[in-house]
Amino acid sequence: MSSPSERSTLSEPDLIAGLRRRDEAAFMELVERYHQQLVRLAMSFVSTPAAAEDVVQETWLGVLKGIDRFEERSSLKTWIFRILTNRAKTRGVRDSRVVPFSALAAEETGEGPSVEPERFFGPGHRIEGHWAVPPTPWAAGGEERALSRETREVIGAAIDALPPAQRTVISLRDVEGVDAEEVCRLLDLTEGNQRVLLHRARTKVRRALEDYFASGEEAA
Amino acid sequence: MSAARAPAEIVCRQLVELVTSYLEGALDPDTATRFEEHLAICAKCTVYVEQFRLVIAEAGTITAGALPPATRAGLLEAFHGWKGSA
Repeated sequence: MSSPSERSTLSEPDLIAGLRRRDEAAFMELVERYHQQLVRLAMSFVSTPAAAEDVVQETWLGVLKGIDRFEERSSLKTWIFRILTNRAKTRGVRDSRVVPFSALAAEETGEGPSVEPERFFGPGHRIEGHWAVPPTPWAAGGEERALSRETREVIGAAIDALPPAQRTVISLRDVEGVDAEEVCRLLDLTEGNQRVLLHRARTKVRRALEDYFASGEEAA
Repeated sequence: MSAARAPAEIVCRQLVELVTSYLEGALDPDTATRFEEHLAICAKCTVYVEQFRLVIAEAGTITAGALPPATRAGLLEAFHGWKGSA
Protein backbone atom coordinates (compact mmCIF):
# COMPACT_ATOMS: atom_id res chain seq x y z
CA MET A 1 0.00 0.00 0.00
CA SER A 2 1.43 3.39 -0.93
CA SER A 3 1.48 6.23 1.56
CA PRO A 4 -0.64 9.27 0.81
CA SER A 5 2.38 11.53 0.44
CA GLU A 6 4.07 9.37 -2.13
CA ARG A 7 4.17 10.88 -5.60
CA SER A 8 2.19 8.92 -8.14
CA THR A 9 4.19 7.06 -10.69
CA LEU A 10 1.82 4.69 -12.49
CA SER A 11 0.87 5.69 -16.03
CA GLU A 12 -2.74 5.72 -17.19
CA PRO A 13 -2.44 2.39 -19.03
CA ASP A 14 -0.96 0.88 -15.86
CA LEU A 15 -3.82 2.26 -13.81
CA ILE A 16 -6.45 1.00 -16.24
CA ALA A 17 -4.87 -2.44 -16.34
CA GLY A 18 -4.58 -2.39 -12.54
CA LEU A 19 -8.25 -1.55 -12.08
CA ARG A 20 -9.21 -4.34 -14.44
CA ARG A 21 -7.16 -6.73 -12.33
CA ARG A 22 -9.01 -5.45 -9.25
CA ASP A 23 -5.71 -4.20 -7.92
CA GLU A 24 -6.06 -2.24 -4.72
CA ALA A 25 -2.90 -0.21 -5.20
CA ALA A 26 -4.05 1.04 -8.60
CA PHE A 27 -7.42 2.05 -7.23
CA MET A 28 -5.95 3.81 -4.22
CA GLU A 29 -3.48 5.66 -6.39
CA LEU A 30 -6.35 7.01 -8.48
CA VAL A 31 -8.17 7.96 -5.32
CA GLU A 32 -5.12 9.84 -4.03
CA ARG A 33 -4.76 11.62 -7.34
CA TYR A 34 -8.29 12.71 -7.97
CA HIS A 35 -10.54 12.42 -4.95
CA GLN A 36 -10.04 15.91 -3.57
CA GLN A 37 -10.44 17.50 -6.99
CA LEU A 38 -13.57 15.50 -7.62
CA VAL A 39 -15.06 16.71 -4.36
CA ARG A 40 -14.32 20.30 -5.33
CA LEU A 41 -15.81 19.79 -8.74
CA ALA A 42 -18.89 18.15 -7.25
CA MET A 43 -19.38 21.18 -5.01
CA SER A 44 -20.16 23.20 -8.13
CA PHE A 45 -23.33 21.19 -8.58
CA VAL A 46 -24.63 20.18 -5.17
CA SER A 47 -25.47 22.19 -2.11
CA THR A 48 -23.52 20.59 0.73
CA PRO A 49 -20.07 19.08 1.29
CA ALA A 50 -21.78 15.86 2.45
CA ALA A 51 -23.69 15.63 -0.84
CA ALA A 52 -20.44 16.23 -2.73
CA GLU A 53 -18.72 13.42 -0.83
CA ASP A 54 -21.67 11.13 -1.61
CA VAL A 55 -21.47 11.96 -5.29
CA VAL A 56 -17.74 11.26 -5.37
CA GLN A 57 -18.23 7.98 -3.54
CA GLU A 58 -20.82 7.02 -6.17
CA THR A 59 -18.38 8.11 -8.85
CA TRP A 60 -15.69 5.76 -7.57
CA LEU A 61 -18.16 2.89 -7.54
CA GLY A 62 -19.14 3.88 -11.08
CA VAL A 63 -15.47 3.79 -12.08
CA LEU A 64 -15.00 0.31 -10.61
CA LYS A 65 -18.18 -1.04 -12.16
CA GLY A 66 -17.52 0.61 -15.51
CA ILE A 67 -13.80 0.00 -15.99
CA ASP A 68 -14.26 -3.23 -17.93
CA ARG A 69 -16.45 -1.36 -20.43
CA PHE A 70 -14.23 1.75 -20.60
CA GLU A 71 -13.27 2.06 -24.27
CA GLU A 72 -10.34 4.45 -23.80
CA ARG A 73 -11.62 6.95 -26.33
CA SER A 74 -10.86 9.63 -23.76
CA SER A 75 -8.23 9.68 -21.06
CA LEU A 76 -9.04 7.84 -17.86
CA LYS A 77 -9.06 11.14 -16.03
CA THR A 78 -11.57 12.68 -18.45
CA TRP A 79 -13.76 9.61 -18.18
CA ILE A 80 -13.76 9.84 -14.39
CA PHE A 81 -14.56 13.56 -14.51
CA ARG A 82 -17.48 12.83 -16.82
CA ILE A 83 -18.90 10.20 -14.50
CA LEU A 84 -18.60 12.71 -11.68
CA THR A 85 -20.31 15.58 -13.47
CA ASN A 86 -23.13 13.35 -14.69
CA ARG A 87 -23.81 12.13 -11.20
CA ALA A 88 -23.36 15.54 -9.62
CA LYS A 89 -25.80 17.13 -12.07
CA THR A 90 -28.40 14.46 -11.36
CA ARG A 91 -27.93 14.90 -7.63
CA GLY A 92 -28.07 18.70 -7.93
CA VAL A 93 -31.41 18.47 -9.74
CA ARG A 94 -32.79 15.97 -7.24
CA ASP A 95 -31.82 18.20 -4.32
CA SER A 96 -33.22 21.18 -6.24
CA ARG A 97 -30.09 23.08 -5.51
CA VAL A 98 -31.00 26.75 -5.29
CA VAL A 99 -28.64 27.98 -8.00
CA PRO A 100 -27.85 25.60 -10.88
CA PHE A 101 -24.43 25.83 -12.47
CA SER A 102 -25.82 27.39 -15.65
CA ALA A 103 -27.26 30.24 -13.59
CA LEU A 104 -23.97 30.73 -11.72
CA ALA A 105 -22.16 30.84 -15.03
CA ALA A 106 -24.58 33.35 -16.50
CA GLU A 107 -24.25 35.60 -13.49
CA GLU A 108 -20.48 35.38 -13.40
CA THR A 109 -19.97 36.15 -17.08
CA GLY A 110 -22.12 39.26 -16.80
CA GLU A 111 -19.84 41.23 -14.49
CA GLY A 112 -18.29 44.52 -15.61
CA PRO A 113 -14.71 44.95 -16.89
CA SER A 114 -12.36 42.39 -15.35
CA VAL A 115 -9.67 44.97 -14.51
CA GLU A 116 -10.76 47.99 -12.46
CA PRO A 117 -11.42 50.94 -14.81
CA GLU A 118 -9.53 53.30 -12.45
CA ARG A 119 -6.30 51.66 -13.48
CA PHE A 120 -6.61 53.26 -16.91
CA PHE A 121 -6.75 56.92 -17.93
CA GLY A 122 -10.35 57.98 -18.37
CA PRO A 123 -12.27 59.83 -21.10
CA GLY A 124 -10.79 63.17 -22.11
CA HIS A 125 -7.28 62.19 -21.09
CA ARG A 126 -4.58 62.54 -23.73
CA ILE A 127 -3.89 58.83 -23.56
CA GLU A 128 -7.30 57.52 -22.62
CA GLY A 129 -7.42 53.78 -22.05
CA HIS A 130 -3.69 53.48 -21.33
CA TRP A 131 -2.41 52.31 -17.97
CA ALA A 132 -2.66 54.90 -15.20
CA VAL A 133 -1.68 52.36 -12.55
CA PRO A 134 0.37 49.85 -14.52
CA PRO A 135 1.38 46.40 -13.34
CA THR A 136 4.81 46.39 -11.73
CA PRO A 137 7.23 43.59 -12.45
CA TRP A 138 7.16 41.03 -9.67
CA ALA A 139 10.74 40.03 -9.37
CA ALA A 140 14.11 41.60 -9.93
CA GLY A 141 15.10 38.61 -12.01
CA GLY A 142 12.19 39.04 -14.40
CA GLU A 143 8.82 37.35 -14.59
CA GLU A 144 10.28 34.06 -15.70
CA ARG A 145 11.79 33.53 -12.27
CA ALA A 146 10.26 30.49 -10.67
CA LEU A 147 7.87 31.44 -7.91
CA SER A 148 8.17 30.15 -4.40
CA ARG A 149 5.86 27.70 -2.74
CA GLU A 150 4.43 30.62 -0.85
CA THR A 151 3.26 32.38 -4.00
CA ARG A 152 1.75 29.12 -5.18
CA GLU A 153 -0.25 29.13 -1.97
CA VAL A 154 -1.39 32.66 -2.74
CA ILE A 155 -2.60 31.43 -6.13
CA GLY A 156 -4.39 28.49 -4.52
CA ALA A 157 -6.10 30.76 -1.98
CA ALA A 158 -7.09 33.20 -4.74
CA ILE A 159 -8.66 30.36 -6.72
CA ASP A 160 -10.56 29.20 -3.63
CA ALA A 161 -11.92 32.72 -3.15
CA LEU A 162 -13.35 32.97 -6.68
CA PRO A 163 -17.08 32.76 -7.37
CA PRO A 164 -18.03 29.11 -8.00
CA ALA A 165 -18.29 28.99 -11.80
CA GLN A 166 -15.02 30.86 -12.28
CA ARG A 167 -13.32 28.70 -9.67
CA THR A 168 -14.53 25.52 -11.34
CA VAL A 169 -13.40 26.57 -14.80
CA ILE A 170 -9.91 27.73 -13.77
CA SER A 171 -9.46 24.62 -11.61
CA LEU A 172 -10.25 22.36 -14.53
CA ARG A 173 -8.36 24.31 -17.17
CA ASP A 174 -5.27 25.63 -15.45
CA VAL A 175 -4.85 23.39 -12.41
CA GLU A 176 -6.05 20.09 -13.92
CA GLY A 177 -5.04 20.79 -17.49
CA VAL A 178 -8.39 19.72 -18.97
CA ASP A 179 -8.80 21.16 -22.47
CA ALA A 180 -11.35 23.83 -23.35
CA GLU A 181 -13.61 21.56 -25.35
CA GLU A 182 -13.82 19.01 -22.55
CA VAL A 183 -14.54 21.70 -19.95
CA CYS A 184 -17.41 22.99 -22.10
CA ARG A 185 -18.74 19.46 -22.27
CA LEU A 186 -18.37 18.72 -18.56
CA LEU A 187 -20.00 21.96 -17.49
CA ASP A 188 -22.45 22.47 -20.37
CA LEU A 189 -20.85 25.78 -21.23
CA THR A 190 -20.53 27.48 -24.58
CA GLU A 191 -16.99 28.05 -25.76
CA GLY A 192 -17.44 31.80 -25.33
CA ASN A 193 -18.73 31.58 -21.78
CA GLN A 194 -16.05 29.12 -20.81
CA ARG A 195 -13.46 31.62 -22.03
CA VAL A 196 -15.04 34.57 -20.24
CA LEU A 197 -15.18 32.66 -16.95
CA LEU A 198 -11.58 31.54 -17.37
CA HIS A 199 -10.44 35.04 -18.21
CA ARG A 200 -12.16 36.59 -15.22
CA ALA A 201 -10.73 33.93 -12.97
CA ARG A 202 -7.17 34.38 -14.27
CA THR A 203 -7.48 38.15 -14.05
CA LYS A 204 -8.47 37.95 -10.38
CA VAL A 205 -5.75 35.48 -9.54
CA ARG A 206 -3.11 37.66 -11.22
CA ARG A 207 -4.48 40.57 -9.24
CA ALA A 208 -4.23 38.63 -5.97
CA LEU A 209 -0.61 37.85 -6.71
CA GLU A 210 0.02 41.50 -7.52
CA ASP A 211 -1.45 42.50 -4.16
CA TYR A 212 0.70 39.90 -2.48
CA PHE A 213 3.90 41.26 -4.04
CA ALA A 214 2.85 44.85 -3.40
CA SER A 215 2.36 44.13 0.30
CA GLY A 216 6.10 43.54 0.47
CA GLU A 217 7.81 40.33 -0.44
CA GLU A 218 7.94 38.67 2.94
CA ALA A 219 11.25 37.03 3.65
CA ALA A 220 11.69 34.69 0.71
CA MET B 1 -17.72 39.50 -24.79
CA SER B 2 -16.47 36.36 -26.56
CA ALA B 3 -14.17 36.30 -29.59
CA ALA B 4 -14.28 40.07 -29.37
CA ARG B 5 -13.40 42.44 -32.18
CA ALA B 6 -11.55 45.48 -30.96
CA PRO B 7 -11.48 48.96 -32.54
CA ALA B 8 -8.79 49.96 -35.04
CA GLU B 9 -6.12 50.36 -32.41
CA ILE B 10 -6.04 48.36 -29.21
CA VAL B 11 -5.30 50.30 -26.05
CA CYS B 12 -4.26 48.82 -22.72
CA ARG B 13 -7.78 48.81 -21.28
CA GLN B 14 -8.96 46.62 -24.14
CA LEU B 15 -5.91 44.44 -24.27
CA VAL B 16 -6.33 43.23 -20.70
CA GLU B 17 -9.80 41.92 -21.60
CA LEU B 18 -8.46 39.98 -24.58
CA VAL B 19 -5.54 38.11 -23.05
CA THR B 20 -7.26 34.76 -22.61
CA SER B 21 -8.88 34.93 -26.03
CA TYR B 22 -5.46 35.71 -27.48
CA LEU B 23 -3.75 32.86 -25.65
CA GLU B 24 -6.53 30.47 -26.70
CA GLY B 25 -6.20 31.47 -30.34
CA ALA B 26 -9.80 32.71 -30.26
CA LEU B 27 -9.21 36.21 -31.63
CA ASP B 28 -9.94 36.89 -35.27
CA PRO B 29 -6.70 37.38 -37.22
CA ASP B 30 -7.06 41.20 -37.43
CA THR B 31 -7.54 41.58 -33.73
CA ALA B 32 -4.73 39.14 -32.97
CA THR B 33 -2.42 41.25 -35.13
CA ARG B 34 -3.42 44.45 -33.37
CA PHE B 35 -2.99 42.71 -30.02
CA GLU B 36 0.58 41.84 -30.97
CA GLU B 37 1.24 45.31 -32.39
CA HIS B 38 0.20 46.85 -29.12
CA LEU B 39 2.36 44.46 -27.12
CA ALA B 40 5.34 45.34 -29.28
CA ILE B 41 5.11 49.00 -28.24
CA CYS B 42 3.78 48.68 -24.69
CA ALA B 43 6.12 47.47 -21.96
CA LYS B 44 3.36 47.68 -19.36
CA CYS B 45 1.05 45.36 -21.22
CA THR B 46 3.99 43.08 -21.92
CA VAL B 47 4.54 42.78 -18.17
CA TYR B 48 0.82 42.18 -17.71
CA VAL B 49 0.70 39.36 -20.23
CA GLU B 50 3.86 37.77 -18.84
CA GLN B 51 2.34 37.80 -15.37
CA PHE B 52 -0.81 36.27 -16.80
CA ARG B 53 1.20 33.46 -18.36
CA LEU B 54 3.07 32.96 -15.13
CA VAL B 55 -0.19 32.61 -13.19
CA ILE B 56 -1.35 29.96 -15.67
CA ALA B 57 1.92 28.05 -15.46
CA GLU B 58 2.01 28.19 -11.66
CA ALA B 59 -1.62 27.12 -11.33
CA GLY B 60 -0.62 23.95 -13.17
CA THR B 61 1.81 23.05 -10.42
CA ILE B 62 -0.77 23.12 -7.63
CA THR B 63 -1.48 19.69 -6.24
CA ALA B 64 -4.37 18.55 -4.08
CA GLY B 65 -3.74 18.03 -0.42
CA ALA B 66 -3.43 14.59 1.11
CA LEU B 67 -6.57 12.56 1.51
CA PRO B 68 -8.09 12.54 5.01
CA PRO B 69 -7.45 9.08 6.56
CA ALA B 70 -11.17 8.47 7.21
CA THR B 71 -12.01 9.14 3.57
CA ARG B 72 -9.24 6.85 2.49
CA ALA B 73 -10.43 4.09 4.79
CA GLY B 74 -14.01 4.47 3.56
CA LEU B 75 -12.96 4.17 -0.07
CA LEU B 76 -10.77 1.20 0.66
CA GLU B 77 -13.76 -0.49 2.25
CA ALA B 78 -15.92 0.36 -0.76
CA PHE B 79 -13.23 -1.13 -2.98
CA HIS B 80 -13.20 -4.41 -1.09
CA GLY B 81 -16.98 -4.49 -1.08
CA TRP B 82 -16.94 -4.18 -4.84
CA LYS B 83 -14.16 -6.68 -5.26
CA GLY B 84 -16.01 -9.21 -3.11
CA SER B 85 -19.19 -8.82 -5.14
CA ALA B 86 -17.63 -8.63 -8.59
